[in-house]
Amino acid sequence: MDLRKFKDTFSTLSIRLSLVFVNTLAFVIAIILYIKAKPILVKVSLSHLLFSTSWHPIRGDFGFFPFIIGTLGVTAIAMILAVPVCLLSAIYLSEYAHKRFRAFVRLVVDILAGIPSVIYGLCGVIAIVPLVRFLGQAIGSPTTGYSLLAGGIILAIMVAPVIISVALEVFRTIPQAARENSLALGITTWEMIKHVILRSSLHGIIAAIVLGFARAFGETIAVLMVVGNVAKIPDSFFAPAYPLPALIANNYGEMMSIPLYDSALMFSALLLMLVVGGFSLAAHIILLRIERRGYA
Amino acid sequence: MPHISLKNLSIAYGHHRVLQDVTVNIPDKQITVIIGPSGCGKTTLLKSLNRLLDLNEDVKVTGDVLIDGVNTYDGNADILALRKKMGFLSQRPYPLPMSIYENIAFGPKVHRMSKDRIVQQINDLEGRMVQVPSKKNGQMDILVESYLRLAGLWEEVKDRLHTPASRLSIGQQQRLALARALAVEPEAILADEPTSALDPLSAQLIEKQFKFLKKNYTIVVVTHILRQARRIADYVIFLYLGELVEHGPAEKVFDNPSDERTRAYVSGEIS
Repeated sequence: MDLRKFKDTFSTLSIRLSLVFVNTLAFVIAIILYIKAKPILVKVSLSHLLFSTSWHPIRGDFGFFPFIIGTLGVTAIAMILAVPVCLLSAIYLSEYAHKRFRAFVRLVVDILAGIPSVIYGLCGVIAIVPLVRFLGQAIGSPTTGYSLLAGGIILAIMVAPVIISVALEVFRTIPQAARENSLALGITTWEMIKHVILRSSLHGIIAAIVLGFARAFGETIAVLMVVGNVAKIPDSFFAPAYPLPALIANNYGEMMSIPLYDSALMFSALLLMLVVGGFSLAAHIILLRIERRGYA
Repeated sequence: MPHISLKNLSIAYGHHRVLQDVTVNIPDKQITVIIGPSGCGKTTLLKSLNRLLDLNEDVKVTGDVLIDGVNTYDGNADILALRKKMGFLSQRPYPLPMSIYENIAFGPKVHRMSKDRIVQQINDLEGRMVQVPSKKNGQMDILVESYLRLAGLWEEVKDRLHTPASRLSIGQQQRLALARALAVEPEAILADEPTSALDPLSAQLIEKQFKFLKKNYTIVVVTHILRQARRIADYVIFLYLGELVEHGPAEKVFDNPSDERTRAYVSGEIS
């Protein structure tokens, strides 16, 4: 066989194998986590693991509900704070800003996205925790500042670059003809954004939010540093919480002598993975539906 | 006094001068065709008429674009009202992300056209149209049907008005864009190479529609297809390297041009 043909066959094969490898990896991780989590799944019912609030590892009592609430809480706060602001910023950059300014902000956003999360955590401890403490005192609910709200704020800051850059990318792919055709009807820029730009890019906006969500949901170190880490359902925004990733990072390798502890942590890791996977899947299905309707 | 007239119009993108000192009156209720080689400023000239140029960055405009006697580049000019007066077709049609019906109803709705105004509009159309739909439907339905008929699209879409407009063929999309533009009651239609993305049959339909519409609208078409210009033009503006070389009635410019460059262009020596 001549060399060129060999190279072609070889590269095709390696491309396919890489693809298979990457996709298999996710399944392998899920399977390993499942196997490791098996011992606790055999002993304790799933509903107890998910919905019990009682967390006493030494007594063999593993109720993940407070951690699940903690995770959902910080993520929800982060998304509520980040999504509107980020979408508006992206709209501004795409539809109003001068292109030089846009290029500059893109650069800044990329830099923000690349900052290690531990640095965000430090900034959180230095700035956001005292801010939340002050805020709590001001509205009459004393707090240390290490709280659900602090975790949510730090996450909002961390997902912002992701959402902004994806949304901006999406808005910029809308052809200029869309703007010309709609503005030519004598409508205002805002009407164009609302009826044409946002509707045309629904698809991509959902993708941007999902990416932000996935990042927020699994973020560990920065949240761990500001969230307080108390295994109790937080009763207010100013109360400490304990999200799942923080639980795993704090305890894995530490208290392994406790029976089933290892398995319990593996279960929570599996849970984390399934939720992020499930959310991405749901988003995909929504996108397919929109596509079939043909409006995006 | 014509609706549209340009006085000493010069336009530059940054330091790059695209149009130099253009002065011309565009005749009402005729098809004016802007011809010239690519990059000579045809589209720029067209888009200066409804200020779509504002979408480009670093555009510098000097001189006057007078629409009904108002200089559109005057700081106080009402750009929205101006754009409403000037319907626009782009090179590639862009169906708004909604149904066929909503694409037409969108303009009147956004402009909050009153019921009376819509009835008035339908009555106006009746004078111009071959056929007006029966009046048993709601006003908006009649309006949508009327404009789809006016743009020559009704027969093809009447059974699927509520399906996404993006499912239409590109030729149909361009006629939809025409209907959508007409629905906000413009005085003129500006078309930027409206058939360049279309198949020959669709292109022919658009040309036919323009000829039909010129009874009531002033139409300005940019094209680089000389044969198309010959087919539809009543009045011709020839631009060359940003300069207005010649303008006049179509027969004059095509058959008896006074400038050597025009002669070379219309005879196909340069393109």
